[in-house]
Amino acid sequence: MTAVNPSGWRPSSPATSGSEMQPTVTGNRALMLEEPLLFEIGSRDQTGVDIEQREGGNRLGGLERSGIDLPGLSEPEAVRHYTRLSRQNYAIDLGLFPLGSCTMKHNPRLNEKMARLPGFADIHPLQPQETVQGALEVINRLAFWLIDLTGMHGVAMSPKAGAHGELCGLLCIRAALEARGDARQVVLVPESAHGTNPATAAFCGYRVENIPATKEGRVDLEALKTRLGPDVAAVMITNPNTCGLFEPQMKEISDAVHAAGGFVYCDGANFNAIVGKVRPGDLGVDAMHINLHKTFSTPHGGGGPGSGPVVLSEALSPYGPLPFAAKYPDGSFKMVEEEHAGEEHPDAFGRMVAFHGQMGMFTRALTYILSHGADGLKQVAEDSVLNANYLLRSLDDVLDAPFGFSGPCMHEAIFSDKGFADGFSTLDVAKALIDEGFHPMTMYFPLVVHGAMLVEPTETESKANLDQFIAALRSIAEKAKASDPSLKAAPVYAPRRRLDETLAARKPILAYKTPAPDGVSAAPLAGGG
Amino acid sequence: MRYLPLSDADRSAMLEKVGASSIDELFRDVPEGLLLDGPIKGLSLHASEMAVERDMSAMARKNMVAGDVPFFLGCGAYKHHVPATVDHIIQRGEFLTAYTPYQPEIAQGTLQVLFEFQTQVARLLGCEVANASMYDGSTAMWEAIGMARRITRRTLAIIHEGVHPHYVSVARTMAKFTGDSIADRSPQLSGDMQIDKLLAEIEANQPSCVVVQYPDILGRITDLQPIADACHANGALLVAVVTEPVALGLIKSPGEMGADIVVGEGQSIGVGLQFGGPYVGLFATREKYVRQMPGRLAGETVDAEGKRGFVLTLSTREQHIRREKATSNICTNSGLCALAWSIHMTLLGEKGLTALAQLNHARACEAAKRLSAIPGVRLVNDSFFNEFTLELPVEARPAVHAMVKKGVLGGVSLGRLYPAEPQLANGLVVAVTEVASDEDIGALEAALKEVCK
Repeated sequence: MTAVNPSGWRPSSPATSGSEMQPTVTGNRALMLEEPLLFEIGSRDQTGVDIEQREGGNRLGGLERSGIDLPGLSEPEAVRHYTRLSRQNYAIDLGLFPLGSCTMKHNPRLNEKMARLPGFADIHPLQPQETVQGALEVINRLAFWLIDLTGMHGVAMSPKAGAHGELCGLLCIRAALEARGDARQVVLVPESAHGTNPATAAFCGYRVENIPATKEGRVDLEALKTRLGPDVAAVMITNPNTCGLFEPQMKEISDAVHAAGGFVYCDGANFNAIVGKVRPGDLGVDAMHINLHKTFSTPHGGGGPGSGPVVLSEALSPYGPLPFAAKYPDGSFKMVEEEHAGEEHPDAFGRMVAFHGQMGMFTRALTYILSHGADGLKQVAEDSVLNANYLLRSLDDVLDAPFGFSGPCMHEAIFSDKGFADGFSTLDVAKALIDEGFHPMTMYFPLVVHGAMLVEPTETESKANLDQFIAALRSIAEKAKASDPSLKAAPVYAPRRRLDETLAARKPILAYKTPAPDGVSAAPLAGGG
Repeated sequence: MRYLPLSDADRSAMLEKVGASSIDELFRDVPEGLLLDGPIKGLSLHASEMAVERDMSAMARKNMVAGDVPFFLGCGAYKHHVPATVDHIIQRGEFLTAYTPYQPEIAQGTLQVLFEFQTQVARLLGCEVANASMYDGSTAMWEAIGMARRITRRTLAIIHEGVHPHYVSVARTMAKFTGDSIADRSPQLSGDMQIDKLLAEIEANQPSCVVVQYPDILGRITDLQPIADACHANGALLVAVVTEPVALGLIKSPGEMGADIVVGEGQSIGVGLQFGGPYVGLFATREKYVRQMPGRLAGETVDAEGKRGFVLTLSTREQHIRREKATSNICTNSGLCALAWSIHMTLLGEKGLTALAQLNHARACEAAKRLSAIPGVRLVNDSFFNEFTLELPVEARPAVHAMVKKGVLGGVSLGRLYPAEPQLANGLVVAVTEVASDEDIGALEAALKEVCK
């Protein structure tokens, strides 16, 4: 039996906990340090850099600027400002971060080291190609790994993130349809899909319609077949889906879509569950983005940068965007751009970004892939699925697992708020997990499960970590069923208590405004609500 | 495997707990024949840290490193000195390994940084509000065109000459699918930016927006105020694109001159060259347009005890709430690059930024003087910041390759950017930042003299 609380620490008595803590003069609480805004501590006359003074020449066309109002800090002040702020963040480096569908796995530091090699970090995107052969080799090698791991025909490397990859995939589909003079108007998307799916389809000019789900949480194949027809351009399916389940009829779905003349887009956000175990190409997928910042461990960085290469079927590969890194028989590499598209890639739908994509993410992802190899990546999928099933079966007696009856889950387990006492919600459970030292799971997504809690532990968590998390979540679930009012106050130990998001949206303050001298505070934006 | 904590004993115990006799029982939803029975053939197996480092380093060594040679490339990506503090801070695990701040109580670090970033960007670009970043400058420009369409309900965007041709290419690609139309043309090798022609086009065509790059791809700078006035008189928006934000330490911001949306590539502050990405898109506008803005926004609020805190806000514009009715499909942005940008800007402050910009301009003026004195070489620009265009007596593209053989990365040829425009073939765009020493400028001068013979 693993000790849930190996330090032997016991909760302190209520009289000394939470909001009844004594105030301090500074507002600090030992290691928890308050930090003002840069604009409150910096000044326009302060700087943290020493720059050579150099005058001479004025070719500015008479457009000299006077005053920018940007405060600076000296280096020690800046280091402290950002270090203090960093400590108000939860992170994978601190503990379990089980955000479902986000794949918050350990970010190996070797990846960071390799991305910072000057040969990768300090080269310009428009350098003559003979000076960047190693960089093109990285892109090309990663491209072939992605193709082999997915069993697909081609890959577009330039999309900057998952949603950008979705856009790339749908643009390939639209280009392929236009090439055959087919003006299909509809994209079918399951209700459980990520919001980016319908947003992307709409951006591409398609009308979005929902696909119903079965009570087992899968795509309803019969309903889908009924809806398919000459107006359906594509079906967007997430597999494994956002309920954490593999779509067992994926091949039948693909065959039906193809028979009706449409294409299959697969949202690859959950590829971590099947990498090295199942190839989407074998399931009839035409396009799938791969979030390198999920499956291939490039860091999320507080919201990016991501990277979203899109693997493509033989039918769609001719339409992939420019530029791309090609390898020639003499062993040299070339970035094929618009100039040579006519000879090498005449049907490309166009260009998605200024340069070649997220090189800094490619080096990290390739480093990770080479570290794991084909055998390690297979183990990644297996351990991620094992960890999720272990959570599912360790919690399904205290939390409602709406699809638990139908068998194992993949890399994430989903629970609902069924059985919580009146007035207690998924939000309360999430906030209580914060006090226990965990990042909450994904809340209220997917929309098809009431009060959804989507838990993705990933393969980089030890059994001991999982056991501690299970113990915490079990205790919180019991409290939510027993109307324990302490949940409503959570979080108590975080740098902030619950934040007023309604106020933020009703009276948006999106930039710092220097207070008027008489102390009148900054006015919110006009036109709120 | 060093990244996997489960032991075989753990795996057995856990399989027992879940009631499965083998791991593949957990994959039983995968139809028979589709579950692979071993590692995918033809791919390498796991490798030690040392072995991977050797493999990657060998590829890195095949590239010519900007910092090792006299280096003068720009055109949308610039080499500046980044203080050591920046990379140290962004590698703190609390920033590096955090997610999008969906749980604000334990993400105040990221959220406060984003609020500060938004404020810094807005002030630098001369706007009222900025978002928490886009992918890069080119996608930010496209999003601005889409936003102008939503605001004006018009579909023609005029992209003025001198906008980065790859940015134009992105816009043309997207426009094919959204029903927008794009009017653009290539620049001439001239200091004249054809502003009068543009003003006439605005009146004649009543566009949704006019897109002007500042400074432009040739490094030319123009007063945006007359263009803004013409746009506003004709119900259009002015979108300004800045690919070298260091310039705004010295020249007027687009916002000050009436631009309605200002987008930019933030790379040159805090983010290295990295062969083109990840970079950080800047996006700023007027308060009245904020609900049409794409991307995430951090906003100020209070917590249950009345303490100031920050949250992601106005999410009803975004895909995870609005789905097919969202202002954009963007989700993940460039968070960590925005942090790097913000730290660098904080270290600079107005004082440092102004000094940096002055140093860039002084070096560029000196280089322009020396290079345009080479027989047959002409300086195209009337105005510039740290980047200018030379007309060479020979084609610039082979000249660039010839300079590589002399160990000099001497600029970007317009032939590479505009392969279909023979009248630009002799154009060479030279960027001179603070990293170019006197010796570097001398090396470029010598190399250029040779190749222009």
